[in-house]
Formats: sequence, structure tokens, C-alpha cells
Amino acid sequence: MSVQELEQIFLAKIEQEIRIEPKDWMPDAYRKTLIRQISQHAHSEIVGMLPEGNWISRAPSLKRKAILLAKVQDEAGHGLYLYSAAETLGTTREQTINDLHSGKAKYSSIFNYPTLTWADIGAIGWLVDGAAILNQVMLCRTSYGPYARAMVRICKEESFHQRQGFDILMVLSKGTPEQRAMCQDAINRWWWPSLMMFGPHDSESTHSEQSTQWKIKRMSNDELRQKFVDMIAEQVKVLNMTLPDEHLKWNEETKHYDFGGINWTEFWNVVKGNGPCNKQRLDARRKAWDEGAWVREAASAHAAKRKMRQEKQIA
Amino acid sequence: MTKDATYNYLLHLADNALILAQRNSEWCGHGPVLEQDIAITNISLDLIGQSRSLYQYAAELINEGTGAATEDTLAYLRDTRDFKNCLLVEQPNGDWAQTILRQFFFSTYQFFLYQRLQQSGDAHLAAIAEKSLKEVTYHVRWSSEWVIRLGDGTEESRNRLLNALDELWMFTGELFVPSAYESEAFKAGIGVDVSALKANWEQRVNEVFEEATISIVSTSAWMQSGGKEGAHTEHLGFILAEMQYMQRVYPGCEW
Ligand SMILES: [Fe+2]
Ligand SMILES: [Fe+2]
Repeated sequence: MSVQELEQIFLAKIEQEIRIEPKDWMPDAYRKTLIRQISQHAHSEIVGMLPEGNWISRAPSLKRKAILLAKVQDEAGHGLYLYSAAETLGTTREQTINDLHSGKAKYSSIFNYPTLTWADIGAIGWLVDGAAILNQVMLCRTSYGPYARAMVRICKEESFHQRQGFDILMVLSKGTPEQRAMCQDAINRWWWPSLMMFGPHDSESTHSEQSTQWKIKRMSNDELRQKFVDMIAEQVKVLNMTLPDEHLKWNEETKHYDFGGINWTEFWNVVKGNGPCNKQRLDARRKAWDEGAWVREAASAHAAKRKMRQEKQIA
Repeated sequence: MTKDATYNYLLHLADNALILAQRNSEWCGHGPVLEQDIAITNISLDLIGQSRSLYQYAAELINEGTGAATEDTLAYLRDTRDFKNCLLVEQPNGDWAQTILRQFFFSTYQFFLYQRLQQSGDAHLAAIAEKSLKEVTYHVRWSSEWVIRLGDGTEESRNRLLNALDELWMFTGELFVPSAYESEAFKAGIGVDVSALKANWEQRVNEVFEEATISIVSTSAWMQSGGKEGAHTEHLGFILAEMQYMQRVYPGCEW
């Protein structure tokens, strides 16, 4: 079959909403886009463990400690599913991780902001996991089978995370003046970076058009962002807190919330590596990987020895 | 049997679990490989769960309906001298070998302890032991496999394991020397005679060490003790300073 014919079959499948599976023929650019996106997503789960992990040892109650620990562990699991999904496209986990450590691969910029108070753990669950869910719910219907299936599993856990985050803030919002101030401060700091999570405006987004055509993406950055603003603008009222945007206002005509301009200079700056924690996050990941090298070597050396002994026994 | 002895006995069991959970949780996000990051976090979660059941029961015991003590006041508002955990669990994580060996020593001890504690005359405590034993059985298996892997892996992993043995062996003796409240709890039919666990523990350790191709250095080496009675190593103060930070800075809040 010629490449043109193969491509037609591929596009017809996309058209008919038939999932593309690992053994199917796919255009090189489709494969590359997916590898880039899935590994970026995997890295975000793993790097995302760090800002929240920062509060495990200091969680204010045993119940909160257990919930937070389980949450961060979930994120490790998400990373694992996603690395596996990327592997179905012909990469290895090691390669993918090397790309992260060399700075070649990106991860979500949101994790380059510091967690300064306990309220940040609530704000991350509510806003960051909340923003992630909107993206991930869309990806449950993405055209590549293993990616879509990984997303279905992940989405179930993410909605727990968001509720738990909201619950942390809810308790703070009903607490002492200090707790309420802590709550508002965290919302103030995390609001704008979470809006940036949806990426550049549709007009500026380089990969969007092709991804939409291939049904990797099914909603645009700006559509998802608007959905998020509409959702959070309502939920923040339950907390009796405010969002730090004087332009935020319900628009009766569009039936959406209008909101102020995003600081894109800050966004690109953090993407380029100049966020408050870019260096620490990458250093922490590299350190864990490098210091774990001897452990991984020992495990494979032992496995090889065992295999040899077993083979000898059989022989 | 004084109520104090039961209370102290429960705190001792709970503190052991909590402090080791706190230590293990330092690995979360920093493990040598993703699957093991998840595994050590799981153990940490199991141990927090055990400590919570034990603290809740201890709180019930001293409250008599007043409701003043909770799992959190017990975990967050006692100071170093009141903590009754053994010295082993408060030792730093060190490298993966040290964390693994600490877990293996402790889980093996906890396994034989809970096995007997299932027959405790205190039904509530027996139930906690029964539930925990399932988890601990897995902890023993997981840590045993890692001890074997490291001992029988590469030269480096073997050396690191031997180093860990050097660091930790001196903290194992304390496990089998009963404190006053343990003796009292045993006499009252509530607790376990920990000195009777030693033979089983050594046998299991030797079996795993044999597979790991290493051996117990010198069994006559000096053993450190005091943790159970509140005489800790300098590490515990820092563990508590970090763990209790929020409750100390913002006293009396809901979280
Ligand atoms: Fe996640
Ligand atoms: Fe999450």
C-alpha cells in the first residue's frame, strides 16, 4: 500500500471516530506530536509531585497528611500510566526522562511556583487539578487509544483531588482571621498561573491547528480557559473569597464571565526557565534519578543473576 | 494494670508507626524509580493509618467523655521526651539501602509483635493488630526482597547495604528489651513480651541475610536504647519541629 493510501485510511478512521492503536499506521508527525504531548504530560505529573510534596512533612493533621500523601502518590501513578502510553509509540521511559533532565522536554509551568503556606495545598488541588481536569476530560476522547484510556483512569482520581483541595480551603475560609487571610493569599497567587495552564491564546498557539484536525485536541486553549473561569468564578463565592481580577464580571450577552488580560511576559519567562522554582524542580528530579542509579543497577544485576541461576537449575 | 500503662503502651505502638511513616514519606517524589516511590509511600500510608487507630484509641482511653485528647493532640502536641518510639524508626533515611534495612528490621519486628498482639486481652487492640498484620506482612516481603536485591546485586549495592547494617544494628537491641509499661501490659494480658520475639526475629533476619549473601556483624556489639522511655537521639527533635510546625504556630485551629 502506498503512503497516500495509508494516510487515507488513517484520516478516515479519525473522521469516523475510530481510535488509532499502537500497531496502526500513523503519520510520522502524528506520532511525534503525541510523543511530545504525552511525555510532557507525564513529566508534569512527576514534577507536580514536588510542590505538594513540600508540605507532606508539615501537614497540619494526620488526616490531611494521609490525604496529601495519597494524592501525591496518585500523581506518581498518573506519571506511570502516561510513560507507558508514550512507550506504545516507540520511546522508552529512560529516553523520555533523559529529555526532561536535559531540558529538552517541557512540563507544565505551574509547578515552577513555590508552595509557601498550607493553603497553597488547597489552592493547588482546587485550581491546578481543576484546570488539569478540564484538559483531561477532553483528552478522554482523544484519537490515540492508549492515551485516551490512560486519561479515563486519571480523570477519576483528579476529581477527588479537586474536591479535597476545595475542602482544605473551605475549612480555612471558616477558620480564624489568619486562616482566612492564608486562604485568600493562596488564591491570589495561584489564580493567574492556573489560567496560564491552558496555554497561549488560540491565535498564538503553534501546535493547535494540526492537533485539532487529528482530534488529539477537541477544544481550543481559549475555550477550555473560559470554561475554567466560569466554573471557578462560581465556586469562589462558596468560599466567600475573591479572585484577584478587577475585570472579572458576568456577561449577560455571552453567558460567560469576562476576565482581565493574562501577563504573557510572565508566562513565556517561566516557560523559558526563569520561574521562581524552575531550577529547584529540575535539580530535584535529576538528583533523585542520579542518586537512584545504583539502586536500579543493583535491581537489574540481581534479576540477571537470578535468571541465570534458574536457567542453570533447569539445565 | 494501671490505665497509665495501657495508655503509654498504645502511645509507644503509635509513635513507632508515625515516626517511621514520617521518615518514609520524605521519599515521596524523590524515589530511585517511580514504582518504588509509590511502594514506599504506600508503606508510609499504612503506618499513618496504624498510628491513627492507636492514637484514637489512646485518646478515648484518657478522655472518658471529655473529648480533650484527639489523635492530633497526641501526635502534634507532645514534645520529644514524651514520644515513646524506639530509636530505630527515627534514624535518618540515608540512602535507599539504609531506608530498606530500617524497614526490614522494623517490619520483621512488627510482624511478630502484631501476630501475638492479635491474642491481646484487649479486644480493641487485638482488632487493630489483626488489621495491621496484613499490611505488615507485605512490608516484610517487600523489604526482604530489597535486602536480597541489594546484597546480591552489585558491589556498590552490597557495600551500601553493609554500611547500613553498620549504622543501624545498634538500634535493634532496644526492640527486645521491654520498658516498664510493656512489662506491665504483658503481665496484664494486654501486651506482648517483646523479649520472646527476639529468636524469631533473628531467625528471619538470618534467613534473608543468607539469601542476600551478607551476615550479622558481631552480635555482641553495644546496643543503644532509651527511645521507649523518651531518651531519644538528636534526630527526633527535628522530626517533631517539622511535623508539628502548623499546630504549634496556629494553636487550636481546625484544618
Ligand atoms: Fe494527575
Ligand atoms: Fe491530581
